Amino acid sequence: MSNDQYLLAIETSCDETAVAIVKNERELVTNVVASQIESHKRFGGVVPEIASRHHIEQMTITLEEALEKSGLTIDDMDAIAVTEGPGLVGALLVGVNAAKSIAFAKQKPLVGVHHIAGHIYANRLEKEFEFPLLSLVVSGGHTELVLMREHGSFEIIGETRDDAAGEAYDKVARTLKLPYPGGPQIDRLAKEGEETIDFPRAWLEDGSYDFSFSGLKSAVINRLHNAKQKGEVLRDEDVAASFQASVVDVLSTKAVRAAKEYGVKQMIVAGGVAANSGLRKALQEKFEDIDTDLLIPPIHLCTDNAAMIAAAGAVAYNQGHRAGWDLNANPGLDLEAYGNRKT
Amino acid sequence: MNILAIDTSNYVMGVAVLRDGAVAGEYVTNIKKNHSIRLMPAIDQLMRETGMKPDELDRIAVAHGPGSYTGVRIGLATAKTMAWTLDIPVVGISSLEAVARQGAFFDGYVCPFFDARRGLVYTGLYDQEMNVVKEETNVLMEDWLEELAALEAPVLFVSQDLAVHQDLIVEKLGDNAVLPSAPYHFARPSIIAAVAADKEPGNLHELVPNYLRLPEAEAKWLEQQRNK
Ligand SMILES: [Zn+2]
Repeated sequence: MSNDQYLLAIETSCDETAVAIVKNERELVTNVVASQIESHKRFGGVVPEIASRHHIEQMTITLEEALEKSGLTIDDMDAIAVTEGPGLVGALLVGVNAAKSIAFAKQKPLVGVHHIAGHIYANRLEKEFEFPLLSLVVSGGHTELVLMREHGSFEIIGETRDDAAGEAYDKVARTLKLPYPGGPQIDRLAKEGEETIDFPRAWLEDGSYDFSFSGLKSAVINRLHNAKQKGEVLRDEDVAASFQASVVDVLSTKAVRAAKEYGVKQMIVAGGVAANSGLRKALQEKFEDIDTDLLIPPIHLCTDNAAMIAAAGAVAYNQGHRAGWDLNANPGLDLEAYGNRKT
Repeated sequence: MNILAIDTSNYVMGVAVLRDGAVAGEYVTNIKKNHSIRLMPAIDQLMRETGMKPDELDRIAVAHGPGSYTGVRIGLATAKTMAWTLDIPVVGISSLEAVARQGAFFDGYVCPFFDARRGLVYTGLYDQEMNVVKEETNVLMEDWLEELAALEAPVLFVSQDLAVHQDLIVEKLGDNAVLPSAPYHFARPSIIAAVAADKEPGNLHELVPNYLRLPEAEAKWLEQQRNK
C-alpha cells in the first residue's frame, strides 16, 4: 500500500468544465479543461444557460479523460473536491452534483472549495507557501488582496468597490470592438501602443487597499466618444496601452504597499488577469527591490482549472473539512466565511 | 436487475430503488424546494433503508426532461456521473412519458404536459400502450388543443399545471377531456425505473437533457442571423 494521497477535483463555476487530480497536496497528476469559449464568442460574453448546457454534456467526458490520462481509477482517490462557489449557479450545480455522485457511489469523503481559494492555491502546485502571504486576486469577477496567515485562513484586506479588473478589461474591449474575451486582446494591443493618454488612477482614501475601476472604464469610453465627435483619431493600441497602464499601476502599487505593510514572505498573483503581460512586468519590476517573493503561476494555472481546486481541496481535506450530501452550489459564497466554516 | 431511479425534472422529486426488478422503496415529494440540496440525502436514505449498496446497482434511470432546465441537469449530472463511476448503464426516460404512464390504464389517449409560460406547454401524446402518437413538442396550448380536439376521442390530461390550462382544455375538448384527481398528475420514480429496465441503454456520455427549446440567447442570435 502506498501512502500517497490522491484527490480528484471538479470545477464548473463559469465556462470551463474542468477535472484534475493532485497527489499529496502539491503534485499535479492531470489537469483537463474543456473550454467553451468558442460557443460564447458570438454572444460577446458567457451566457449562463449555454454554459450550463455545455457542462452537462462535457462532465462525464472530462472526468473520463482525466482518469485515462492519470492511469488511476476513482478507487485510488482519497477524496473528491468541488467548487461550491462563487460562480454561475446553474454551472456550479452540474459540478457539485457530479462530485456528490462520485463520492456517494464510492463512499469517499467530499470537500467543498471556494473558487478564489482555488486560484490562490494554484500557486502551491509550483512553490510551497510561506506565511504570512498576500495574494492579489484579479479576474473577470474579482479584484482582491487576500492575506493568509496560515493554511485555509483568508482575510480580505482590500477589494473592488465596483467593477472587477477583468470586467473593466472586457468593457473597454467591447468599446474598442475587440472580440471576446477582451482581456488578452487589450494586452496584445497595449504592447504595440504607448501611454499617450493620462487616464485616472483610483487610489481612494489614504491607506486603503480597495480598488475601483468603474471611473477608469467611463473615462476611456468618454475619451473615445469625445475623440469621435471632434474627428480626432486615437490609435486603439495607444488607448489600450493607456488603459492598461492605469489598471496595472494601481494594482501593482497597492500590492507592493500591502506587501511591505504586512511584512509578507510571498506575494501570489492569482486569477485570469494574472496572465496579463503588462501586470506581470510591472509587478516583477516593483517587487525586485523588496524582500517579498513574487509568485505568478504559469498561464494554464491562472485561468480557471480544477488543479487549483484540487490543491485547495487537498488542504481542506487534510484539515478535516467534509461536505455533506446536502452540499449545494453557493453562487455568492464569501471567502472569509468559507475560511471560518466549522465543517 | 437492481435499479436506482431519479426524477428532479420538475417540482416533484422522486427516487426509487428496485431490487431484482421489484420495487424496494420509493421516495416522492411534491414541494417547491431545492433538488440540489435534497436529492443526494434522499438517495442515501432510501438506499440505506432498502439495504442497497451503490456497488450492487446494475442500472440507473433518470427523467431527462423536458422540464425545469436546472432540475433536469441536477438529475442528469447525478445519474450520469454515478453510473459512470460505477461503470453501469444509465437510461434516460422522457419526463413527459413518465407522467403519461400515470394514465396507463386509461382507455383512450393520454396527454401529459408541463406549463412553459406565455401560453406555451411542453407536451406529447401517448396511446394506451404508451406508444408515442404525437411527438413531444413545445407548443402553444391553444394550437395543441385544436390538434387534440380533431382526434374526436377521449384524452386524459395529466399535469401538475392542470389548473393553468383547465378552462381552455374543457372549452376545446368538451366531454372528450378527462381530468383525473390530484395524485395522478405526477410521475412515479418506480415506474421510471420499470420502464428503464426494459429499455436498451445508449452511450452514457451522449445522454443529454431534452430541453425542447433553445436557450433564449441562442434563439435571439439565430433570429438576428436570419434578419441579416
Ligand atoms: Zn476564476
